[in-house]
Amino acid sequence: MSQANPAFEPEATSTAAAIEQMKLGVSRKQRTLLGDAWRRFRKHRLAMIGSFILIFLIVAVLIGPTVYTQVRIAQAAAAGTPLPKNDQNFRSLMEQLDFLAILSPPSAMHPFGTDDLGRDQLARALFGGRISLLVGVVAMLIAVGVGTVVGVTAGFIGGLADNLLMRLTDLFLSLPQLPLLLLTVYLFREKVTGIFGPENGIFLIVVVMVGGLAWMSTARVVRATALSIKQKEYIEAATCLGIRRPAIMARHLLPNAISPIIVAATLEIGNAIISESTLSFLGIGFPPDTPTWGRLVTDGSQYLQAAPHLAIIPGALIFITVLSINFIGDGLRDALDPRSRL
Amino acid sequence: MSQYIIRRLLIAIPTLLVISFVVFAVLALAPGDPMAQFAKNPAVPQEVRDRMRTQLGLDQPWPIRYVRWLGAVGKGDFGFSFSTKGPVTNLIWQRLPQTIQVVGLAYIIAILLAIPIGIVSAVKQYSIFDQVATIFSFIGFSVPSFFTGLLLMLVFAINFKWFPIVYSSTIEINSLATLGQQARQMVLPITVLVVQQTAALTRFMRSSMLDTLPLDYVRTARAKGLADIAVVMRHVLTNSLIPVVTLIALGIPTIFAGAIITENLYRVNGLGQLLITSINNSDTPVVMALTFIFAFLTVLFNLVADIMYGVLDPRVRYS
Repeated sequence: MSQANPAFEPEATSTAAAIEQMKLGVSRKQRTLLGDAWRRFRKHRLAMIGSFILIFLIVAVLIGPTVYTQVRIAQAAAAGTPLPKNDQNFRSLMEQLDFLAILSPPSAMHPFGTDDLGRDQLARALFGGRISLLVGVVAMLIAVGVGTVVGVTAGFIGGLADNLLMRLTDLFLSLPQLPLLLLTVYLFREKVTGIFGPENGIFLIVVVMVGGLAWMSTARVVRATALSIKQKEYIEAATCLGIRRPAIMARHLLPNAISPIIVAATLEIGNAIISESTLSFLGIGFPPDTPTWGRLVTDGSQYLQAAPHLAIIPGALIFITVLSINFIGDGLRDALDPRSRL
Repeated sequence: MSQYIIRRLLIAIPTLLVISFVVFAVLALAPGDPMAQFAKNPAVPQEVRDRMRTQLGLDQPWPIRYVRWLGAVGKGDFGFSFSTKGPVTNLIWQRLPQTIQVVGLAYIIAILLAIPIGIVSAVKQYSIFDQVATIFSFIGFSVPSFFTGLLLMLVFAINFKWFPIVYSSTIEINSLATLGQQARQMVLPITVLVVQQTAALTRFMRSSMLDTLPLDYVRTARAKGLADIAVVMRHVLTNSLIPVVTLIALGIPTIFAGAIITENLYRVNGLGQLLITSINNSDTPVVMALTFIFAFLTVLFNLVADIMYGVLDPRVRYS
């Protein structure tokens, strides 16, 4: 270094110093939209708590059954009680009857207690959680999918399409949701279960009806966003470049309308879970041997006096899940709003 | 104004027609036969069944049945219930008072609770009160109403025995004691509905107040030396109530739907319970009438909300 041309040395150091100087006060990492949103989301304490609880519940219903089956087999081996040998999967564990332990309160052996047939409630709650959460997610996908397509089409194309689609939205908003939901699920359940089997059939009809009666708010929000984005210069620029409308919708409109869609989607999961459990509670939902959380509450409500935990635990699971989802939705609403940039 | 009301009415009528058509089509296209209960009965031979079908008009294609039904409904006739054999209208008039009592009282209490809570939450934004109210309203709309109902039943009816578990519809109010009995059995179903409705209304009230508070005329009112309470009550509250009042009107149909759950839980013999029993009995005329009434309520209160918004807010122009 010392042999180098001395004339260049001061020059080089001053450039380096200038670069150093410019870096001062500027964060090293590039700030992105997502990064900002994440930073704001982390500040929302309730939303963070909600996320942790929801992730815990999702992990629990995903891997819980496998783990719990092994635990129960080990327990049974230690206690010397026989388990169904030929078929030691989760489903058979869930449906294993134990008439010596009927309506027993939560214990080490049965952490959530047992029901009127001595079936382990934790196993049933884990299995039911899978269905309840899946109903929520799939119904949300349907509602948000339909809502987004309707909203973007109405807002972006405008004119007659807008008029017709908004009339349709108004019409759906005027439908009596719960009565119609009860009616359709009740009337069509036999036909659909005949084609797809009892569990899948009910799942399909519940998800389609819950989602199909819940897309209107998404459609309205997306339409409003599309209407305001449509006026922006970059859409004009894209139109001038000769890009076709579907491409503009997909590339320029949707990414900019994504935040209200995400918020609506989150809240929709919670609503769908409540709708499904309400259906099950009113006796018009999944068959009795499919223990969704709503179904467990209904079955448990018969023994409210003798064994309150039967209804309380699954009810509390629904409540905690939906509460967490609503907190996350609230946090996302704040975090994804670009105006609240830090 | 009157022109606007007439135009809104003209939109409401086709909406109702389409909804009634949708509900009728759902019932007509559904698999299953309303006469199925007779099919199981060996004492009813085939020709009698066929004659009954003709009498009931079930041999006609369903678009014709729809037009006939619509004509009858226009005259206030919802037909006869399959299970009680009596007119559907009688059945509904019997059940309506119980539902109105519970739903109406619950909604009034919810409004009376939500407005003050919303005001304080907004005026003292981010205070402890606001935070507690926020958490409570989140809990209120996250908890399924059947779960609130079961919890209240467990704690107050089973453990403390303060209130009866099952609603008795045979109480005739003719003395103070029976009035007290009636009031006591209404506490739990009403509380369930209040919890749910207050949660949503509080949020609306709060956000509407927060929208109005930073406006210029509020600052002017403060600048001319009005007391804080006068500014909030006269200038902020009156203006933020406009959207809330319309939302209150829009919420009336939802609280009727909420009654379906509470009535089934507490065995209140109202319209909601009638709907569930009729669905389970395949009592098509009753189901059709009730669904149509729920739809009618929704459309009616949408209309009321729209008109009220115009009356209350002179800035709204009808063009």
